[in-house]
Amino acid sequence: MLAYALRRVLSAIPVALIAVTACFFILRLAPGGPFDAERALPANILRNLRAAYDLDQPLIVQYFLYLGRLLQGDLGPSMVVQDFTVSQLLALGLPFSIMLGLTAFVIATAIGLLAGMVAAVTQNKWPDYVLVLVVMIGVIVPNFLMGSLLQLVFGVYLKWLPAGGWRAGSIAHLILPITVLAWPHAARISRLMRGSMIEVLGSNYVRTARAKGLGQRLVLARHAIKPALIPVVSYLGPGLSYLLTGSLIVEQIFGLPGIGKYFINAALNRDYGLVLGTVVLYMALILVLNLLVDLAYAWLDPKVRYR
Amino acid sequence: MKLTTTFKAVTAAGVFALMMSTAASAVTLQLHNGGDPRTLDPHKASGNWEDRPISDYIEGLMTLDAAGEPILGQAASYEVSEDGLVYTFTLRDDAVWSDGTPVTAQDFVLGAQRLQDPATASSYAYLNHFILNAEAINSSEITDFDELGVKALDDKTVEITLNAPTPYLLAALTHYTAYPVPSHVVEEVGEEWSQVGNLVANGPYIPVEWVPGSFIRSEKNESYYDAANVAIDEVVYHITEDDNAALNRYRAGEFDILSSFPADQYQLLQDQYPGEAHVAPFLGVYYYVMNQSLPELQDVNVRKALSIAINREVIGPDVLGTGELPAYGWVPPGTANFPSEAYMPEWASEDYGARVEEATALMEAAGYSADNPLSLQLRYNTNENHRRIAVAIASMWEPIHVRVELFNAEVGPHYDALQEGDFQIGRAGWLMDYNDASNMLDLLKSGTEQAGGTVAWGNNYGRYSNAEYDDLLTQAMSELDLEARGELLAQAEKIAMDEFGVLPIYYYVSKWVVSPRISGFEDNPVDRHLTRYLSKSE
Repeated sequence: MLAYALRRVLSAIPVALIAVTACFFILRLAPGGPFDAERALPANILRNLRAAYDLDQPLIVQYFLYLGRLLQGDLGPSMVVQDFTVSQLLALGLPFSIMLGLTAFVIATAIGLLAGMVAAVTQNKWPDYVLVLVVMIGVIVPNFLMGSLLQLVFGVYLKWLPAGGWRAGSIAHLILPITVLAWPHAARISRLMRGSMIEVLGSNYVRTARAKGLGQRLVLARHAIKPALIPVVSYLGPGLSYLLTGSLIVEQIFGLPGIGKYFINAALNRDYGLVLGTVVLYMALILVLNLLVDLAYAWLDPKVRYR
Repeated sequence: MKLTTTFKAVTAAGVFALMMSTAASAVTLQLHNGGDPRTLDPHKASGNWEDRPISDYIEGLMTLDAAGEPILGQAASYEVSEDGLVYTFTLRDDAVWSDGTPVTAQDFVLGAQRLQDPATASSYAYLNHFILNAEAINSSEITDFDELGVKALDDKTVEITLNAPTPYLLAALTHYTAYPVPSHVVEEVGEEWSQVGNLVANGPYIPVEWVPGSFIRSEKNESYYDAANVAIDEVVYHITEDDNAALNRYRAGEFDILSSFPADQYQLLQDQYPGEAHVAPFLGVYYYVMNQSLPELQDVNVRKALSIAINREVIGPDVLGTGELPAYGWVPPGTANFPSEAYMPEWASEDYGARVEEATALMEAAGYSADNPLSLQLRYNTNENHRRIAVAIASMWEPIHVRVELFNAEVGPHYDALQEGDFQIGRAGWLMDYNDASNMLDLLKSGTEQAGGTVAWGNNYGRYSNAEYDDLLTQAMSELDLEARGELLAQAEKIAMDEFGVLPIYYYVSKWVVSPRISGFEDNPVDRHLTRYLSKSE
């Protein structure tokens, strides 16, 4: 298993290099530049700015300069938040995004699995209907609308929770953002779990187990849950990547200090260094998560081994 | 049962945290600041969301009163030479940085040199190119910074020498580009002087915490000379670009002031929070440029037809819903040192139907008809309001035989295309950097020939060019009599508007929401509101 993991990590290096190279050149070739604004800058000012960020060098020189710095762990300066380097920004934003994403992931996964199981066991009865309805809301309502609605209900009208913002150590400030982030994720997991569980519960070996006189709880615990988890697990990797990287809207609505917001602002402002830095980081995260999921998958399903 | 208990516990924790936070912030101003500041360094900043925290912690020779008028700041007095070229400022005796070090004339000299130093790469350095040798230093033609027209005559006296009389100098000195830097800190930590922790203030507040993407927090500077009259102890500048979310937080009582609000919520604000939404004119114009290097738009009658067929009266109240003022002239009302009456063409008061008829006749005379319409591409940068206006204006042009193709792009590529002249009609806007008509009128000056035979058009995207117009602006530059200067500038404006050099659409309005708990907030044409004048009641 260790050799398998090592092989996967090594094979990720050329993928990462191709992704960084493609991203570097696509960004530079896209129309617009970091200093385009409503006001045309005088030529000498523009020259000063371009020189300050090495943008006056030929593109290929810039590319190798960037790669050289990247290998030394230097992600360069940010043009959007000039008082910080890209590394400083990512170091500030990443722990928050991870904390937010992981918390949402754990809560959503727990709730999603539980709801999926309950819905499967009570198929076509009222708990199933209620859960399907709640799940539907999570899937259908986009998170910017969900965020605004929760802000209005719990912040503006009930005044139970802060409508936004962030204060270190305050759980209250995290409840609404985590709800918005976790709900669609929990919804997808519960749908997967419900479908998969219904299928497993209808399978021959479960019928055999019941025929042997096992009760519902034992059937679920010993024979149904583990195989039913397989399709869910294959979703967890992309799901966690989404939660870690896709919290942009939530960060925007609630004014939270995560990196998702930087990524979009940086892309819109052509902040080359910050876009590339975020891409590198996201890529590393996604590669690691996919690896973890593959390993978990192999553990759950003996048919999948390390080929 | 367990779930209910957990929910109660979580809710109680939330409420407790909220109560604690409220108790800890008795005189804290919660200010919605919009975008993420790029920097707290005044010589690298470029937006009003940076100006708010920066102008609260650092003060120039001149500052602003609550009405946005320039008043003495770190300077106790000033004198002007007879030719209007040399200003001598004497610093206040009680001007000190927050670490107790006195503010010196050298701090202002270093600030001015640093702004023009090409290594600083300041995007707004050109705003102070009215200072002797500033432009040459900024473009590396002069490398000796001591040749800049800002000198320290002694520790407390700053002398500024100008290229030409600049009647708006005092207003320009209130801009962050003219702010000093604490030379003793710069000497010690270099370019990191403006990072929270290193930062010292000579203004009423000191930034003490910055969480990018979330907020900047400043505390009152007790060393500030007017600290006794500063009522707010702490300011939190919240970073929230989503105006709807910001409004929700205002309605939840978390913000005291919103620096913008969604236009479609104006009615709700007026209904539910009467008197709290502040919509007031400020110095800026929303306009369309016509690319006059294209043959079809070189015809002044075509430009006239396009202009008079725009029903500006409906844009502010109906299309946008926030009552922006229709613009028929180029210089916004309220501009200093300028005739008080805004330019108003005769056709503006004519019946709109008659104007459309006249515009149709002009287009037909130019060879366009229903069978042979003029096809134009109208570019705008991605924004719901820009789209709405573009759709409205395209429909206003349809009856006069103009077929419009709408084209939108992100702000960067959009302005790139305008600057390159790669457009037919384009949307643009200009918010004045300082309160003087020249800041608007300079936009329509002819391009200047560069080495290599190219012409730099700067922000004159439409390539409007008129020698008489240029000449009037040049004359105004050396006119010392403010009234005569204003007349020259007004004549120039009339020429450009009579020739339909550009299509002004509306004068910008500022859109704030101010809680009734806040007093001291005054709408003003420069739309700058220093926290030192505000107070908050519980």
